[in-house]
Amino acid sequence: MIQLYNVSKIYSNGVKALNDVTLHVRKGEFVFLVGPSGAGKSSLIKIVFREELPSRGQALFSGKNIARLKGREIPHLRRKIGMVFQDFRLLPQKTAYENVAFAMQVVGAGKRAIRNRVPEVLAQVGLEEKTGMMPAQLSGGEQQRVCIARAIVNNPVMIIADEPTGNLDPDTSWELMNLFNEINSKGTTIVMATHAREIVDTMKKRVLSMTAGRITRDEEGGVYSNES
Amino acid sequence: MSLNTLGYYWREAFLSIFRNGWLSLASVGTVTISLLILGISVLLVMNAQAFTKSLESGVEIRVFLENGATREEIRDMEKELKKTPGVATVEFVSRDEALEEMRENLGDRKDILEGLEEDNPLPDAFKIKAEKANDVPALASQMEKLEKVDQVNYGRGIVEKLLAVIKWVRLAGGGLMVILGVAALLLISTTIRLSLFARRREIGIMKFLGATNWFVRFPFLLEGMILGFVGAAIASSVVYLGYVSLVNRLDEVLPFVTLVTDRQILLTVTGGLMGIGIVVGALGSAFSVRKYIQV
Repeated sequence: MIQLYNVSKIYSNGVKALNDVTLHVRKGEFVFLVGPSGAGKSSLIKIVFREELPSRGQALFSGKNIARLKGREIPHLRRKIGMVFQDFRLLPQKTAYENVAFAMQVVGAGKRAIRNRVPEVLAQVGLEEKTGMMPAQLSGGEQQRVCIARAIVNNPVMIIADEPTGNLDPDTSWELMNLFNEINSKGTTIVMATHAREIVDTMKKRVLSMTAGRITRDEEGGVYSNES
Repeated sequence: MSLNTLGYYWREAFLSIFRNGWLSLASVGTVTISLLILGISVLLVMNAQAFTKSLESGVEIRVFLENGATREEIRDMEKELKKTPGVATVEFVSRDEALEEMRENLGDRKDILEGLEEDNPLPDAFKIKAEKANDVPALASQMEKLEKVDQVNYGRGIVEKLLAVIKWVRLAGGGLMVILGVAALLLISTTIRLSLFARRREIGIMKFLGATNWFVRFPFLLEGMILGFVGAAIASSVVYLGYVSLVNRLDEVLPFVTLVTDRQILLTVTGGLMGIGIVVGALGSAFSVRKYIQV
């Protein structure tokens, strides 16, 4: 699914965010990306999502070189990837329903398809009662559920979550983790950057640990950190 | 493009217009004013041209002959004049006919010509009409050089003045229009930039959801086109209605002044204004959209 070969990223201000990263993520995997802030997790995500180009090395998604995508192919890459952010990034003036429907409008889905699919996903994330509410009326966990619904509504092959539980309490975080697990069990690849030590340690998934732009540990069924 | 998407574009475009109400109004106003000026100058030029055209038949060259030209010479000359390119008609007016004409023109006061029959001071002359008013000055100076010609007269000044007026209206109207057109472009582009700014969050979200560039851009282009269209619609209606009422009023007050009244022409002019308005709006927003929406 994701193949990186010797990828380095040096920003124009000289910051070296990624240093010779080689990495494979296979279809259907659930991967935790851990490491301190500034270790390069976000840069890695940005390269896969084609927000940034690698300075060196090759990055492939589904066998296609991401850097060589033409401008009009980029949206189609992004439709295959559902994004979930720490800060949710919902449209504040739209209801939960409308926020999810928006993701379908953006890719040109028809009215009927939207009417059928949106309630279905909102039910899947457990928000069938709150479809008409504005983001401000929802709790953080509920807002994140809307984001997850929005991320999966177009049936992506992969979900990239950038610290999805960073703003949430432990109980809520666990509920969301169960949701991610469920989505993963249906075949969707999940890559999740996180600082939630307890979650990583408990879930026993593949863990990629980054430090200073390098992958320092790649462990199946790993824990957040080997120290202590 | 599904109907759903189309509806989305329109909704978003109108939302933006109302969100930036004042700036939208300013953009529409500038478009209106610049197109008004364009419309008025086009109609002015068209009327001035029509007027020169009507003068083509009115402006005649009078070629006065020296005394003592023989009948033969006069006949030869008439032939030669008729052959000159640009000449439409040639009519000979003998000195006696000229005197008679003058007497008729004077009407009641013809007594002042009493006694002139014996010693007619008027010369023989040709009345010549040109095919085009533009050619009159050149033809006149050409005829001045002919033998036996004493003097050549024509509505000297009128034709030149009219041509100068047309040129001036074109220049001034064109200049003003360009300046205001640029202002309209800039204002529309600023309006769109504000819309983009107000919705940068949304644009960011659209991009990570996999929206194509066109999907992101189109509502803004549409917004610019709507602004241009509304401005042009106001300008066109003012030009159309104003002109029609002017024609009607002038008909009562100055029946001898004839304006171009062809509906078809008026519709072409207003249609052209609408087209230009929409293009200006699209261009103005394209500037901002190109600059501020990158993948």
